[in-house]
Amino acid sequence: MKGPSFLKKSAGYLFLIIASIASVYPFYWMFVGSTLSDSDIFQSPPKLLPSGEFMNNITGLADSAPIWSALGNSLLISTIFTIATLYLCAIAGYAFAKYEFKGKNIMFVIVLVTMMLPHQVTLIPLFKMIIGFGWQDQPQAVILPALANAFGVFFMRQNMMSIPTEMIEAARIDGASELSIFHKIILPTSLPPLAALGILSFIQQWGNYLWPLIILQNRESTTLPVLLSQLVAPGQVVYYGQVLAGTVISIVPVLILFLLLQKYFISGIYGGSVKG
Amino acid sequence: MRETAVGKMTKPSVVSKKKWNQKILTPYLFLSPFFIVFAIFMVYPIFESLYLSFTSAQGNQAEWVGLENFKNILTDGLFWKSLSNVFIILIVQVPLMLIIGTLLAVLLNSKFIKGKAIFRLFIFLPVLIDLVTYSIVFTLIFNEQYGMMNYLLGLIHIDPIHWFSDPFWSKVLIIIAVTWRWTGYNTIILLAGITTIDDSLYESADVDGANKFTQFFKITIPMLKPILLFCGILSTIGTIQLFTEPSLLTAGGPNNATNTPIMYLYQFGFQSFQFGYASAAAYIITIIVGIISFFQIKVSKGGEI
Repeated sequence: MKGPSFLKKSAGYLFLIIASIASVYPFYWMFVGSTLSDSDIFQSPPKLLPSGEFMNNITGLADSAPIWSALGNSLLISTIFTIATLYLCAIAGYAFAKYEFKGKNIMFVIVLVTMMLPHQVTLIPLFKMIIGFGWQDQPQAVILPALANAFGVFFMRQNMMSIPTEMIEAARIDGASELSIFHKIILPTSLPPLAALGILSFIQQWGNYLWPLIILQNRESTTLPVLLSQLVAPGQVVYYGQVLAGTVISIVPVLILFLLLQKYFISGIYGGSVKG
Repeated sequence: MRETAVGKMTKPSVVSKKKWNQKILTPYLFLSPFFIVFAIFMVYPIFESLYLSFTSAQGNQAEWVGLENFKNILTDGLFWKSLSNVFIILIVQVPLMLIIGTLLAVLLNSKFIKGKAIFRLFIFLPVLIDLVTYSIVFTLIFNEQYGMMNYLLGLIHIDPIHWFSDPFWSKVLIIIAVTWRWTGYNTIILLAGITTIDDSLYESADVDGANKFTQFFKITIPMLKPILLFCGILSTIGTIQLFTEPSLLTAGGPNNATNTPIMYLYQFGFQSFQFGYASAAAYIITIIVGIISFFQIKVSKGGEI
């Protein structure tokens, strides 16, 4: 079998190279910009090489905005949310995948339908409710509503369907309780989908903007995306070097997580989309 | 939904009654933590929002006004403007992104391309960045005076484009931004779909003398159709719900040229606290999303397959 002509191959490479540069350049510019002074950021032609202002930008940012508490809030909210949603989705997904019970189908359909709904429809009642609970500016205001994660239940259920039922039966015969079967057999065999859902959930919560913008208005208790958006809001002087240093702080945890869990991340995006 | 390999409960003849009760209760106990949260923070708000949409709720007072809110929204030019904005954006953006995504996925699956792993990594990177961060970075790249984009255009003798002050170009800016952020995501899904296509289909097409071009349209595209549809629906829904990018990049401007329905909802709900009115807007958006998903599925089923 002969391959494509030289011309076609070159066109293919060219397309991939252009797409790669376009994908990477904004990241590159973000890192470079975070090391520049504001007067260097606004230069024509744009500067393409880093300079030495990163620490200045960071300290300047930390002086004018609570960037470290925003980082802490983001880490706290995303981590607790991820752990909690994994457990809730896993145990609910397991019940849907491996048990027969009355009302199963209707309950599952309700989960599926809410997965399709635009979630903005819940914003106003959630706002009233959270204010009523007195949770404004507190992490649970973001974490708890996000735990109604219909997609996560669906995702875990799809993945747990393929666990052999004989394995569960064997453990039952050995006298294991239902809960210990879940903890000792189901959870360990489900590590890959849990890792996939975990990284997806973390990144999604890390970038969550609209709801924290509404409910975490206090600068000390808000998350990185909200704080960064406040720094570039119209009607004030924007220090872009500092803001870009802030965006670097916000992207680094996600990059690290991605490099560690790349293959789960990709299987998560795919697995959540086409199964079922 | 497929229903395979569902575990059957064995009927206990020797097991005690207590244990049997436990077995019946187990799935409900397992579901209860999720469903309690789900009922409070999802199901209840969906219904309360529906109720509110028929009231004049503002802050804590609410009076039944029937269809008044819906009438006012549907006669508000700004709402239609915001809706037409997202439709213009999605009609260009969704096909553009799916075409680029499909081409990239085909190339990333090709036997004749070297260095695929590194290309793949680069192309997937935008999936990681949060919407606020990339919007800020794009503000600078598209800066009309100093940004890289207008600089590059200047090199090929194109006058600086008014990305932020021209109604047409501000929409183009949103299209470019959204395409940049989501093409990699769709490429991941399409690539996974392509790898499941049976190689023997291409081999027999080779034997029959079909060229790569024909193979792409006669094998790859039809086999990918369900996945393309899925990506299309997801992207359409996502675009209708645009909020972060237009808020940060263009603030809905100039002259509302990039205002979106969710920005409209946000303005009424959380800046002037007209809860009834905003709830009605949320339901109108929900209905539109529902109709579009239904329509897209219907159209695709009408095709071959």
